[in-house]
Amino acid sequence: MSQKVVIIGNGIAGVTAARHIRKFSDKEILIISAESEYFFSRTALMYIYMGHMKFEHTQPYENHFWKKNNIQLLQAFVANIEVNSKKLITQNGEEIAYDQLILATGSQTAFRGWEGENLNGVQGLVNKQDLELLEKNTQNIKKAVLIGGGLIGVELAEMLHTRKIDVTILIRESGFWGNVLPQQDAQFISRHIEKHGVEILEETELDKIIGDKNNQVNAILTKDGKEISCDFVGICTGVQPNIDFLKNSGIETNRGILVNKYLETNIKDVYAIGDCAEQKEHPTHRKSIEAVWYVGRMMGETLAQTICGNLTTYQPGHWYNSAKFFDIEYQTYGSVLANAEEDIGDFYWEDLKHEKAVHIQYAKADETFLGINTFGIRMRHEVIDEYLSRQMKLQEVISNLKKANFDKEFSRKYEKQIQAAFNEIYSKVT
Amino acid sequence: MYQSQKSMALGGQPPKALSSLQKVAVSMGVLGLLILVLATFQVELPQKSLWLSLALGGIGGGVILFSAAAYGNKSAGIKNDGVWFKSISSRGLWAWVFGVLLTGFYIILYFFPALIGLREDAANVGLIALFDPFSKALSGNPASQWFVYGVLYTLAILAFGFKFLWKYRHSRYEKLRTISVMFFQTAFAFLIPEFMARLNGKGFSLPYYDLKNIWPLNYYNFEQYRVDDFISAGTVGVALLIFGIVSILVITPILTYKYGKRWYCSWVCGCGGLAETAGDSFRQLSDKSTFAWKVERWVVHSVVVFVVLMTTAVIYTYLGYDPEKYWLTKDLFLLLVGGLLSLVFAWVMIFKRQELEKDAQYAAIGYMVIIASLIGIHFFSGNDLFLFQAETLRSSYGFLIGSIFSGVIGTGFYPIFGNRVWCRFGCPMAAILGFQQRLFSKFRITVNGGQCISCGNCSTYCEMGIDVRAYAQKGANIVRSSCVGCGICAEVCPRGVLKLENDSLDGRINPKDVLLGNDVDLMDYVNQK
Repeated sequence: MSQKVVIIGNGIAGVTAARHIRKFSDKEILIISAESEYFFSRTALMYIYMGHMKFEHTQPYENHFWKKNNIQLLQAFVANIEVNSKKLITQNGEEIAYDQLILATGSQTAFRGWEGENLNGVQGLVNKQDLELLEKNTQNIKKAVLIGGGLIGVELAEMLHTRKIDVTILIRESGFWGNVLPQQDAQFISRHIEKHGVEILEETELDKIIGDKNNQVNAILTKDGKEISCDFVGICTGVQPNIDFLKNSGIETNRGILVNKYLETNIKDVYAIGDCAEQKEHPTHRKSIEAVWYVGRMMGETLAQTICGNLTTYQPGHWYNSAKFFDIEYQTYGSVLANAEEDIGDFYWEDLKHEKAVHIQYAKADETFLGINTFGIRMRHEVIDEYLSRQMKLQEVISNLKKANFDKEFSRKYEKQIQAAFNEIYSKVT
Repeated sequence: MYQSQKSMALGGQPPKALSSLQKVAVSMGVLGLLILVLATFQVELPQKSLWLSLALGGIGGGVILFSAAAYGNKSAGIKNDGVWFKSISSRGLWAWVFGVLLTGFYIILYFFPALIGLREDAANVGLIALFDPFSKALSGNPASQWFVYGVLYTLAILAFGFKFLWKYRHSRYEKLRTISVMFFQTAFAFLIPEFMARLNGKGFSLPYYDLKNIWPLNYYNFEQYRVDDFISAGTVGVALLIFGIVSILVITPILTYKYGKRWYCSWVCGCGGLAETAGDSFRQLSDKSTFAWKVERWVVHSVVVFVVLMTTAVIYTYLGYDPEKYWLTKDLFLLLVGGLLSLVFAWVMIFKRQELEKDAQYAAIGYMVIIASLIGIHFFSGNDLFLFQAETLRSSYGFLIGSIFSGVIGTGFYPIFGNRVWCRFGCPMAAILGFQQRLFSKFRITVNGGQCISCGNCSTYCEMGIDVRAYAQKGANIVRSSCVGCGICAEVCPRGVLKLENDSLDGRINPKDVLLGNDVDLMDYVNQK
């Protein structure tokens, strides 16, 4: 009798784990999801709303893939986990036994307890149901206010913008996504977003959300007393692990589900991966919860090894991420901090006309390359990764940027300009 | 589930209402079309040149003006907003109306040209007569249905070419490629053959020859009347005939080795040119299923076999038996064809077998056996080559592939099946170039480490129906015979994951050992086969 692996959550983490377990074993695999019948790419939700794709286009595998690979799917909401008897109970009362359980339940919108956050027309954007709600909430509306300006904030802004809805974004910092991007980068992005006709109110925080007698949102009040009338409020202040259903399960949680370096929880044969996992011990260059696509995938790959009998430590390499702010693509590799310590140096270059920017951080002591942000310029992952591993020096990185370029053929090249800007600064310093 | 806005716009955004400039543009285009319709119904239009100029100017100008209004005031970048909300680009009502009209146009063009005014022994009437002055000015001859088609085809590539240039103005690759197809259509497909016809006179008559239209796409290039014309036209004619042979046997393999088949399919070819410009609004309609891929492989390679057999049979019929009269005899020709095919077959089976799937190997062996036995039967029985009369093969190919597949289905069904149906399922030239591209080329679409977020934009907007995402999310480069290198996947990717490039043959196909972002030991495990 082969063992049964049950995975809760059919996002990138759970599905990657399932695929790799199938690759290395003949265990019985069941993926349970309340959200959707089949795996889809949630990063693509925005493109459905904007009409670039239909929902089925966001499903990376054809429907026959799952049967062909003998991966069972079940659309159900797991209400309880009984770890002692190793079974799950769904909302419909169905009992499902498991030998090994993988929790990959992802994130949900982080509401911060504002007055009025439960009004109609107030929502975040994380899952498929959020998108369906958004479609309903934004029919024939004119004005939207977004609270917070991270990656979900800019996506929502772009989405609403395509439906000709007027958008105002409240941000706490003095530049867009200022808790992650260094000041210059954040302001560079702010300018680009504003160019599209989206209003950004900097250093502005939400006090409360105001509704009408039908419980429908009709305005917000900022902490400095400004009232903005609107018929939609988007909550974009971040996400938090989706773990409410684990309350009485005995599985240890903090903000997320606590796991060790093997992605094991405190309960034997129960594991957690992806957005919902919080690592108790993690490499110094990484955070304890990293709610991004790539981390979910890497954790899935790692855990599949362990499940298939090859105990493997989760050891992510250099950090990387990417996003798109309206027309500007952003990539980041290594560590570029918003509020870097005194011992970290910055090199920033931008081309105003073509809206390109590069930000490099390095250790001041020996000029070791620490990380790079690029805006409107694509970098070759493999090459930059190697620069980071080799702990290349700043000057060498600058003169080898061309090798790391991944822009399309015939694209305008900026390496010479960057080198010249660097030389100018460098000659002043030395 | 999602709201749908029915709009006729071919542009990017679903406009709630047309801008005033767009209203002017639509009026211009419709009036232009109206003139053509009136002419078709034989309404007497004096001053034909003037009316034709008004019609073409109205249609072309309307398209260009409409695009300018749609994209002019928007920032440079991807313009796919509302594509799946609009009727015309999501198989809605307007798509079906447009598809049926286009298909009807092709049927009349190919099979009932008299309906649009073609007269064999008298002066043309109707629509074709409207084009007579223009045709006479270029080649000295009255217009034919093909001249009318050529003019409208070139107009479509130019007008929608401008639209494409506007839409993708942030990308130099897309701009250069589009200027290239606009140039090759106007100069090589349209003007040069017309001027060549003007040179024809007593004892010197070159066949109508679009130099970039290479056999087997140009399946009639080696038919008897053309070869006779070439040879009787002296040095120039023979040079052109040799150029036709060298094109497919020498020039094409070299260019495809260096740049992939895109040098032809999305930079030079007329069919590709129309698909990339007028067909751009329909690229998302291609079928991405693995089933469609299977159908594609069988159908397109069967067409290659068909065209090889047909051409061999046709050439065979007009060659002689006597080596004294002409060195290329029937038997020598058959041996040459058989030898060349055997050579290619042996090369693939010896050096490239590990790159072919089982079904591809079986198909190759199967087709080789069929061709060899047909040649064998001929040698031993001496009757009709390949069981059928050459003329039967020729006319069936012309009807089934040349007219129905490439025209009626290939273009008429743009709004239903997407813009590259012919290129993907039917074009023997694309299949041969694709064969070279898959097995022997420096071209690939490189995938950037572990950056893919599986969003699906690349697959959705691939006009050839390649599931690009399936490769990108594994970190595997895309090396597919059908890829025409249009570059749109790399444009619509929101994470900069894809890059079309020519690089060394090493490591071109297999996924990278390390999907970056994870430690190396793990990736060793993951990549165990």
